[in-house]
Order: sequence, then structure tokens, then C-alpha cells
Amino acid sequence: MRFLLDTEQRAFAQSLDAMLGAAGTPAVVRDWSRGEQARGRALWSRIAEAGVFALAVPEAYEGVGPRPVELAVAFVELGRHAVPGPLVETVAAAALLLDPGPAERFLPALASGAEMVTLAREGSYAVDGDAATLRLALTPDGLRLAPGHGPVHASLDPARRLTRLLPGGELLTPDPPAERALLWARLATAAQALGVGLALLERTVAYVGQRVQFGVPVGSFQAVKHRLADAKIALEFARPLVLGAAVTMSPADVAAAKVSACEAAYTTARAALQLHGAIGYTAEYDLSLWLTKARALRTAWGSADACRTEVLRGHG
Amino acid sequence: MDLAHSPADDAFRAEARAWLRAHVPPGPLPSLETAEGFAAHRAWEAELAADGWSAVSWPTRYGGRDCGLMRWLVFEEEYYAAGAPGRVNQNGVSLLAPTLLDHGTEEQRARVLPAMATGEVVWAQAWSEPEAGSDLAALRARAVRVDGGWRLSGSKTWSSRAAFADRAFGLFRTDPDTEKPHQGLSYVMFDLRAPGVTVRPIGRLDGKPAFAELFLDEVFVPDEDMIGEPGRGWRIAMSTAANERGLTLRSPGRFLAAADRLHALWLERGSPPAGAARVADALIGARAYQLFTYAAASRFLAGERLGPESSLNKVFWSEYDIALHETALDLLGEEGEAADTGWAEGYVFSLAGPIYAGTNEIQRDIVAEQLLGLPRGRRR
Repeated sequence: MRFLLDTEQRAFAQSLDAMLGAAGTPAVVRDWSRGEQARGRALWSRIAEAGVFALAVPEAYEGVGPRPVELAVAFVELGRHAVPGPLVETVAAAALLLDPGPAERFLPALASGAEMVTLAREGSYAVDGDAATLRLALTPDGLRLAPGHGPVHASLDPARRLTRLLPGGELLTPDPPAERALLWARLATAAQALGVGLALLERTVAYVGQRVQFGVPVGSFQAVKHRLADAKIALEFARPLVLGAAVTMSPADVAAAKVSACEAAYTTARAALQLHGAIGYTAEYDLSLWLTKARALRTAWGSADACRTEVLRGHG
Repeated sequence: MDLAHSPADDAFRAEARAWLRAHVPPGPLPSLETAEGFAAHRAWEAELAADGWSAVSWPTRYGGRDCGLMRWLVFEEEYYAAGAPGRVNQNGVSLLAPTLLDHGTEEQRARVLPAMATGEVVWAQAWSEPEAGSDLAALRARAVRVDGGWRLSGSKTWSSRAAFADRAFGLFRTDPDTEKPHQGLSYVMFDLRAPGVTVRPIGRLDGKPAFAELFLDEVFVPDEDMIGEPGRGWRIAMSTAANERGLTLRSPGRFLAAADRLHALWLERGSPPAGAARVADALIGARAYQLFTYAAASRFLAGERLGPESSLNKVFWSEYDIALHETALDLLGEEGEAADTGWAEGYVFSLAGPIYAGTNEIQRDIVAEQLLGLPRGRRR
């Protein structure tokens, strides 16, 4: 038993962090939110080149996976940098395209980043349907290739562009592994939320360390410290759940990770907003990019209650 | 990165499970915080010790199995899953023993540890004083040099288990003239039945004498009962405090077993939807604590030193413990009020968690200042 990331995994996280840091993601997110996709697509390609999507794709289809631990490590970094786009959906699609026919047809392009995939369950929105090159719909009669999408609806997180997929389209498989896709979607969402929470905490710690009121840094007040300490505790106990779930890939563990990481990120978001004060409440300040995402991820791919139900179901 | 235990650890688990199945008393023992319960728990320690299970991580020459941190975690999982009794010598095993192993002399270890392992000598903690709780540097009880040893005077309070225990350990001021109050403190073991010692039991919330006040009037302790050099007690105690908050005071096994029992209680009560989220959170919290501890243990075994992150544990488990017991009492409804359920005793015990071992306010300051790097400030 050695519940520690190895050197290679840590190096992978560091190289992604460096690449995303250099990419200036806040400007990419703002473009993306306006429907301008050029920079977002360029970033998507670089993320694919770094091997992130290949982690979800089996070797038989030009991937290196499935490698859920490395994928979770990567999604923490994607969350930390507020990377926009249907990242989770693309990974979930890789788990969904198990049948050799559709797998051969789509997975190599998914691994290389040539395909940007969105995915909707019956009755739910497809995130970034306007940007996706491949739109998959889980319908009562199976997995379909949607022929297009309806108008874009605003999301609480402006970077998530909500669309309804048009009905019909080619039936790819009548019996897709929907539960498996949900598992991967939840794991990736949990890891992304953890990253979002870590970024919110890091930015808020920096802010209260330099913002002076009453002649001293705000961060020297015990009320401020304790709120941030609680955020830190929540995030640090969510982290091993996310990594542990990636090791076991049991539905209950993944659901526990999803609840824990999303609640921790949301708790941190509330603290971050409060401790930044009015500046944090503005759209022009970059903090908003993470604040809104923490809220949106909380209910994406299973609310806290749905995940708790899964935890109870899985407990023998 | 993996979560699979080695075949040798699995074999150890099977051995522990089999032993516990054959030996754990069928029903709960009387409360540890009563004379009768204390005696019953002491007898249980002797039974554990007879087969080498009372302090598995200690060197074999002191009555342990020298089995390492990971197997200690495994043993604790099995111990609590088996519903085995609470440990009467926890203060000794988790606080004094690590201190002796790190800072004691061979003579001290050989004299103190085997008798601790068998429960023959049960230890109380004597750190707090009326004016010094979380602020240990304000300690005033003193130890004055005399021929062949020291004489202790002053008072100690909130001394857990002291009502029925045999001996105690604590910090005493040996040099009142140091510039910094942390200096001049020394770490001393003493006999609770020595001439000059008065023990006044204090009833906790439920009235049981779970702790006591100690009055010390010129109590003689020989040189061999001081741990480490005089004046170095603070640093020695701090290394023990990290232990207390961190890995050894509350093992994940305890919470995994408690969450299982809570889940079973919820099922027994007909799975009421109103309790579902809280029961799920208890299961999630126990798993989080287990995995967090595995991560810490892995880092420790890889040679990293564990420092202020033990404060994360302390806040987490102490609040978790209360939430878990509150959930159980709420599920029990009016029955939960009846104090003879194990849940009520556990609830009362849990309420002390955020107060002892350094209050949670102190722990949050440590997290904020030492882990997040926020500026030090006035405590306000």
C-alpha cells in the first residue's frame, strides 16, 4: 500500500500547470463565454497534445488508457486554471464509446483532440453544444449522434454554454454503457471541482495577505483565518477521496469524491467571495471565473443528494 | 499509487481478526469513567497484552509487535470493527509512550512501557492548569531541585482519567527566570498516590469523573522520572502534541466502525429519508479520514516529516465525531436521551474533542499561519 502520487504523476501535473499558466486562461475563458472559440480550440489542442484525452482512451484506439488516476490528476489542473469547454463530457464520451464500431470511428480523433465532444442525457443540457464537433445524446433507444443543437442558454457559469440537442440522428448503439460514462463524468467533475477550490483558496490567501484594513492585513484577523482554515481542511480531505476513487473506480467511492470535492469547492467559493468583498462580486475580476464554476459543478453529473444516495446504496 | 495492502499485511489483518473474534467481550463493558468500568477495562488491557496486541507498533522487547505504522492502522480497523472496548491507557500509549521512545532513556522505557502495555500502570495526562489551557507556556506548577530528584508543587486540572489512574505525566517549571516562558519547562512523570498528591475528581457533563484536579504539595520525584534534560520539556511536549493531533490519537478504524454502526442504525430505523444525507456524510467522512491517513502514513513511510498538517486532522475528526453522534441521537429520537445507550456515552465524549489536545481555534490558527502562510496577528 502506497497511497502517494509517483514522481511521474507529479511531474505530469507540474507540466500541465506550467503549460496552462502560460496560456493565460482567463482571457481564453472570456472569449469562450462570448462564443469566440479560436483561442479555446487552440488550448484544447495543446491539452490533447499533453495527452489528457488519451488517458481516457484505450490503447487499441490510439489512447494510453484508461488511466483514471492520471486523468484525475490532470482534471485538478484543468480546474485550477478554469479551462473552458466540454472537458468532462469528452472524457465521459470515451467511456461511452465501448462498441468497437463507434470506438474505432471516434476515439482516435477524441484522443488527439480533433473531436470536441458534448454529451447529454435525456432531458438535460449539453454543455458547449455550439462548440462541440460531436454531439452525443443518450436517449431511451440508445446512443445517438445528434444532428445539431438548439439556441445557447446562459449558465450561472458563463463559460458553460448550455444547449439542447436536436432529436433524431444516427443510432450508434442501442445499449450504451451509460453507468460507466456517468462514473467517469463524476470522477472528472470531482477532480475539476477540487482544482477550482484550490485556485479559489490560493487566490484568496494571496488577497487577504496584501489587502490592508484598520492598518493591518485582513489575513491577520482570526475570523478571516478560520474561514480559510476551514476551506483548506475541506479541500485537503476531498483530495484523497478523489484520488482514492480514481484507484478503485467504485460507484460509491466516485460519488463520495463528487460530493466531497464539490461541497469543498463551493464552501471555498463562498469564503473567497466574502473575503474579497465587493471586488470579488464583479465580473471583470478574474475570481468570478472560478466562483461561478464552483456553483455549476456542484450539480453537474449528479447533485449532492444523488451522489449521497449512491454512497448509501454502495454501503454493504 | 495504490490502495492494496501487502500479502503480509493482509495475513496480519487475518491474524488480528481471528484473535479479536475469539477474545472481544460479547457485550459492552461498563463505562470507562466509573470505578467498575475502569477495572474491567484494565483487565481487558491485560488480556490484550498477554498475546501481544495492546501496543502492536512498539518494539517487541517492551511488549509490542514492532509491526510498523501501516499494520497499526490495519490493527485499529480490525479492533474497532470487532466492537472491542475503548482503551483505558490511551493517554499513555498515544502520548507518553511515543515521547519515551523518542526522548526517554533505555531504563525509563524498560521500566514504564511493559507495565503500560499490560494495564498494570494506567497513566493520566497532567498538562493543563487553571491558568494554562491552550496556552501551555503559562504553566506555573513547579519542580524544585532537591537531592536525588525534584519536588513538585502547584496544581493541574482537566487531567483525563486521573480519578482512577496510577501515574501521571506533565510539564513543570524548573527555571522560573527564563526570558521566554517556553523555556524552563521540564517533562516529569509522577505517582498519583505519592505523599503530597491530592486528586479531586471532576464530573464531566454527564457527572462521571472522567477527569480530575491534582494538588501537589512538595511531591518528591526521583531523577529517573524526568524525561529528557531539564528545561527542554516544551520541545519534547510539542513533538508529542503533533502525535496527539495527528496519526495516533484517533485512528480511522474508530470512525469507519462508528459510521458502519450509524448506517446499521439508520437501516434498523427504516431508512428514514430525513437522515439519509447525514448518514451518507458520515460514511463519506470516515472514508475521507481513512484515505487522508493512508496518504499521511505513505508520506511518513517515504521519509517525510509530518508537521502542522496534523492540525487538519484534529479539526476534522473532532467535528466529525460530534456530527456522527448527533446524527445517531436524532435517529434514535426520544430513545437517544436514555443515557444507557452507547451512543449517548459516545456523544458526551465527542463533545470534548474540539476542546482538548489544543482547541480547534488554536488548530485553525496553525492551519492558517503555518499551512496557508497568513500573517500572524493578535488572537481576536
